[in-house]
Amino acid sequence: MQKQYETVFIITPLLTQDQMKEVAGKYRGYLSSQGAEIVHEENWGLRKLAYPIKKKSTGFYHLIEFKADPSIITRFELEFRRDEQILRYLTVAEDNNMIEYNAKRAKGEVGNKGKLEKAGQIEQL
Amino acid sequence: MAQAYKNIFINITPDEQVEEKKECWFRKNNIKYIDYKDADFLITFLNEQGQIYPRRLTGTSVKYQRKLAQAVKRARHLAILPFVTDSLK
Repeated sequence: MQKQYETVFIITPLLTQDQMKEVAGKYRGYLSSQGAEIVHEENWGLRKLAYPIKKKSTGFYHLIEFKADPSIITRFELEFRRDEQILRYLTVAEDNNMIEYNAKRAKGEVGNKGKLEKAGQIEQL
Repeated sequence: MAQAYKNIFINITPDEQVEEKKECWFRKNNIKYIDYKDADFLITFLNEQGQIYPRRLTGTSVKYQRKLAQAVKRARHLAILPFVTDSLK
């Protein structure tokens, strides 16, 4: 039984754009290798953090929505914990209301995606 | 007896105690899910220091107050909102 999940993680600001994309791609690759299906992906670019984490005041935000078997999530989060380039991560299991909302958000109908796009901060992948 | 005692201290008539019934914003607008990624929206339910307003001020129903609190806590974890600050607005 596959469930839909949403993961947001913050990559250290010490990397270049290309290196940051490489790191994000690594996690996308990991999910794909475990048989997960990527539903939606966003990169919010370099954003200011609300408070410093590991003495960094900015970070690259990356969002991945995917359908996967619940058993792979523990291993997936372990990868984040081992990676020093990841400042924070959060994985949320989606319920029906959230799936509906996120589908609308991906189209830019609700939420802050439209605003981020206007500010040139967001990159659809 | 207890009621009369209380009114002496508060020193207002019972009529003034009856407050206007507030309506839950989420029920009114038929919103089922509160997005933790949208900081600008969540800020409307926070005070200057980043604390969540109580239900008795906003009129939010129990169900959505819980969902709101969870969304704010997720946003804080991801540094989208601060845990504590002096000038949020």
